[in-house]
Amino acid sequence: MSQASLSIVPTGGAHAHSDDSGPRTTLGFWIYLMSDCLIFCVLFATFGVLMANTAGGPSGRELFELPFVLGETALLLVSSFTFGLGMLAMQVGRSGRLVFWLGATLLLGAAFVGMEIHEFAKLVHDGAGPGTSAFLSAYFVLVGVHGLHVFCGLLWIALMIHQVTRFGLDAITRRRLACLSLFWHFLDLVWICVFTFVYLREFA
Amino acid sequence: MKPIQLHAPSRTFHHGNLSGYVIGFGVSTLLTLASFGAVMTGLLPRSATLAVLVLLCVAQLLVQLVFFLHLGSAPDQRSNTGIFLCTALLIAIIVGGSLWVTHNANANMMPSQMSARRAPPKD
Repeated sequence: MSQASLSIVPTGGAHAHSDDSGPRTTLGFWIYLMSDCLIFCVLFATFGVLMANTAGGPSGRELFELPFVLGETALLLVSSFTFGLGMLAMQVGRSGRLVFWLGATLLLGAAFVGMEIHEFAKLVHDGAGPGTSAFLSAYFVLVGVHGLHVFCGLLWIALMIHQVTRFGLDAITRRRLACLSLFWHFLDLVWICVFTFVYLREFA
Repeated sequence: MKPIQLHAPSRTFHHGNLSGYVIGFGVSTLLTLASFGAVMTGLLPRSATLAVLVLLCVAQLLVQLVFFLHLGSAPDQRSNTGIFLCTALLIAIIVGGSLWVTHNANANMMPSQMSARRAPPKD
């Protein structure tokens, strides 16, 4: 336990038990992200294997609406950009501006999750739920796991907004934001593969 | 243990600069629009569309890895880049292998195009 980390937050116990240095933590977090990447990789492989097995049910071509997917894509891409602007604000120590950009990212991400829930509800309502065919099972699992990650990212962003306002920009909040930044940009990377191979490929 | 420097400008993390994020965002937007445009306008011949989509996808992944995730050959980024390359190899093996094996299984072992109605008569 280093003296420095104790002196950062004399009031909070939660912040006082870390003596890790930043680069080592971000490297460890990167290794976690890569293992998460393998989870998505396996889900993509499953989807690729099962995508033709519609079992007489509707195919993606009849179900998906590309303008809607373009909207989801835009929300996630802009949220990646606003998060980047937040990290730049963090770099120069402007915590007010950082919280503003984190808030913007939170709203955009929440809108994305909202659109996805709406899409899923519509599919289930139209009789194209996950039980209809192997294609739809694989689709719901792959896109659902990504959506779940985005939802967890939203919780994390909300937590970091709280921590930055409460504790300020100390070494620990900076380190956590660096990890969150990797996580959020990573989710956008996964979404690029989702809209290409799940949605657009159906119409190619 | 080295004491942590408080309130000092962070030298340990790389978060890029504004122009990097603007370039990354701009190029990603163009590539996304190109992907959707290639499919929604129907300008391309169907056989070429999938190849174009894959190219645009890989291009956008690379752009975001460099400009948003700051992967590169700088000394403090090398370990991240190396781990990523290993993961990319694993992904290629898992996805490519799965698709290859099941395609062969479908093509050679299961007459999935055949149904009782369409099966040729026995005699």
